[in-house]
Parts: sequence; structure tokens; C-alpha cells
Amino acid sequence: MNAVIKVNPIACTAYGYCAELLPELVTLDEWGYPVVDGSPVPAHLLDLARRAARECPRRAFVLARAPER
Amino acid sequence: MPTATSIASATSATKTGAPDTDTDAHAPVVADRATLLGGWRAGRSADLRSHLAHHGPPPLPGPGDSSWPGRFVATIEASGLTGRGGASFPSSIKLRLAASARPRPTLVVNAMEGEPASAKDRILLSCVPHLVLDGAELAACVLGAERIVVCVVHDQRATFDNIVRAVTERAGTALAPVPVEVRCAPGRYVAGEESALVSWLNSGPGAPGWRPDKGVALKIGRGAALVHNAETLGHMALIARYGPMSFRDAGGADSPGTALVTVSGGVAHPGVYEIAMGTTLGDVIAMARPTEAVMAVLTGGFGGGWVSDAALGTPYTPRALGAVGGAVGPGVLVVLPRRACGIAETARLARYMAGESAGQCGPCVFGLPALAQDLERLAAGSPDPGALARLGAHIAAVDGRGACRHPDGVARMVRSALSVFSDDVAAHTAGRPCAAVHGPSVLPPTIWAHGEPTP
Repeated sequence: MNAVIKVNPIACTAYGYCAELLPELVTLDEWGYPVVDGSPVPAHLLDLARRAARECPRRAFVLARAPER
Repeated sequence: MPTATSIASATSATKTGAPDTDTDAHAPVVADRATLLGGWRAGRSADLRSHLAHHGPPPLPGPGDSSWPGRFVATIEASGLTGRGGASFPSSIKLRLAASARPRPTLVVNAMEGEPASAKDRILLSCVPHLVLDGAELAACVLGAERIVVCVVHDQRATFDNIVRAVTERAGTALAPVPVEVRCAPGRYVAGEESALVSWLNSGPGAPGWRPDKGVALKIGRGAALVHNAETLGHMALIARYGPMSFRDAGGADSPGTALVTVSGGVAHPGVYEIAMGTTLGDVIAMARPTEAVMAVLTGGFGGGWVSDAALGTPYTPRALGAVGGAVGPGVLVVLPRRACGIAETARLARYMAGESAGQCGPCVFGLPALAQDLERLAAGSPDPGALARLGAHIAAVDGRGACRHPDGVARMVRSALSVFSDDVAAHTAGRPCAAVHGPSVLPPTIWAHGEPTP
């Protein structure tokens, strides 16, 4: 599956666990909110991305199916 | 706020309803009958009888006419009508999306007018309420909608009373096959965003929702909710009567029809004007008579874009304005005179928009005030070599990072300001601010108030 990261900005309250687990794909802005670029998650990072989604205390970090190209 | 008496229709040589009777050579001439405000006279609302005398009855479907919805949508498609609430999305596609959905959908008429510099929704509902209701009934018949809900802002009492009067006139007649209710919704900037409006109609907080997939329909209860702008529905009522070619008489092939534009700022006759799409920006603002030399025009509202006086020849269409950093958006133009400071005005806009955040998303809650502060410092003009880099970082930090497009609009507006007012930006960062910085805003103070037009 081609997955992309989406962050629900309403739910997110900047715990920042996602950036701890997945610094390759998630940076934090100056207020601590995650910045993601919408590109597909590389296969070798999928397990970490799933874990970040599972461990987000706000369930704001979502792995979604990438749009068909 | 532009008053009802300053409404003018570009469709006639004399400005209908204007206090003076100046003829305006710049006004494009559009066939009068098939326009929104063409038959309207100042200071009175078209009641049902005068509406029907002017336009005749709307071509609603007869009983059991199963091919009617398809024919109606094909007519709208042929007209090329796009939504007039800001997104300019093809109306025929939106109608097809939820046609004959089950459970039966709700048609929401969005007349929320969150833009402080816009007056077109209240003008439409105050002057030609039956045209908007005709369009709503037609669209509701296409959708097989269970009901129509007209949403106006709670503080626009006169508009509310007028639309209620119009609804009452039609209730129980053949002109109201789908029942209509009128609701007064909270009046903040983002309240008219469609997911916010639908949230409020569902007894929710009335704040925008996160919609990762915009193709998933909004719901009221279990049925789909289709939200159409009041002006869009008014056009549908005209197209249904006079045909798609009559709509295409005005405007160009890629952007047909007329459009309502609220012009304010440094002009002698602020008001709502009906123009042919594709009229140049300069000709549109000329109808409102700029009081002095123009430096720039804010297009598309507070979340739109500044366009410099060098681009006043740009046709008023979503594509052409977009190409010069502007927008049609909900049909708002604010004229900035040359003596003003564009940076100070942009800082005021950004501060206002920061205050209008729904307060849900961190990047908007923290980013917009930061952006406003950057601009206020830049306006004050104390030398600061890091100012522009910080401003750029904050624009990037808000752009695309909210659940709704509120922060994106501010990012676009500020970006356009840095480009259009680039000479001033250079002077301000070098510690030489404009003389106008400490003066009053040239944006008319009335546009900051959510008042209602004086009748």
C-alpha cells in the first residue's frame, strides 16, 4: 500500500511523539506542531509510521492511502 | 458597509438606486432582464407580485416529470455557471453530486457573508429575495431535497425579516414545492465556510471540520447537505428562465455571465455592482469612482490578494486575476489610494484575520498572530535585517496547515502584499516607513463593523 501521512490539525495538540518516532518525515514548527510534506511513506519507514499513528495521544496522526496517480 | 442606496446595476446607463444619476461610460452594457439586479429599484424589495411581473414564474418541474432534473442540470452545464461563494466550482457538477441521494438531502442557501467588505448576499436577499428562492427551489427539485435552509447572519435583522417575508409569501403555493426555513447563524468570519455552517445546523460548534477527502458529502442528520451561495442560486433562476445562451451573453467563454462585486475603500460610491465577467479590474472600480490615484486593489476579500495599479487592465475572471496574484473569491474589491501605506493596511487585515480564527488548529492560532506582529513591526519601520526572513517563515508555517482555508487565504494575501508593495517593503526594512503609517486606515471604518445596510 502507498501510504501518506495526514495530520488532523484540529485534533493535534502538539505532543510531538510523531516527530520523535519519525524525524525522517516529520518536523515540528516553532510552536511544536508537526509539518509533513504529503509524499508517500517509504517502505522501510512504514512500521514506524504505523507506530506513530498508534501512539498519537490525540489520534491526530493518520496514515491514509495515497491518491492514485 | 456599503448602503443599500449605493447599489448600482451596471446593466443600465443610469446607476439604479444611486443617489446621483451620473451616467457611467465605463459600465458594460448587459441585456437588462436576464440580470440579478437589473429590474430592481432603490429602497424597495421585489415582492412576489412584482417579481413575477418582471420575470414570470420559475420553470419548476411538473408532477412526474422524471427527465426534468437531467435537463435542468444540462442547462446549467451549458451556461458554464460557477459557484459565486469563493471557490468558483462548476455548479452543474455540484448539482449532480447529490442528485437523488437517499436519505433525501438538504439544500443550504449560504448568505452568511463572512467577508467584512462584502455586501452582495444581503443586497440579494433584501432586493430580489424571490430570485434567490426560485433558484433554491429549482436546485432542491434537482436534488430531490427534503427541505431548504436559508442561512443569514444573526445581526442582519433587516435581511432576515425580508427573506422571511418572501418565504411567507410563497409558502403553500406552487412556487414552494420544497419547504423553506430561515436560520440566523453566528456571524464570525469562518462561520460561512460550508463545513462550519453545516456543523452549526447540526447543533455543533459552528466551526470548520477537518475534511481530508472533500469528495465525502457533508451531512445534516443522515442526509447529505448541499451548500450553495445565494448569488449562484439567483443565476440558476435566471438561466432556467432565459436559457444558457442568455447567461453567456455577458462575460467570456471561459468565465461567462455577470457577477456581483462589492467595491469599497477609496471610492466615492461604494456599493454592490453587477458586472460582466471579464470586465477589466480598472473598469469595475471606475464604476464606484475612485476618489484619488489608485495604488492597488485588494481582490477576493481579506483572504484574497493585492493587485497593483499596473495590473488594472486585468480581466475580472478567476483565472486572469489568479495569474496576477489576485482572486475573484466572493466578489470583493477594496481600493487603496496612493497616499496609503499598503504594509500598514496589510498588517490591519492580518490582525483582523488572526482574531477571526476559529481557534481550533495550532498553526492558525499561533501563526496568524505571529504573522500580524511581523507585519506591524515592518509597518513601524524600525530597521531589522531578519524581518523578512521571519515573515517568510511564518507565511510558510500557516499556509495549508489548518483544517479550513482560513490561514491559506491570509498567507496568499500577505504574499501578494510583499510583492505589490515591494518598494515600500524595502524602504520599511531600511528604517524609512511611509508617512501614512501612523495615520488612520483608508479601509473604510464601516467595513469593520458587521452592521446592516441602512434601508
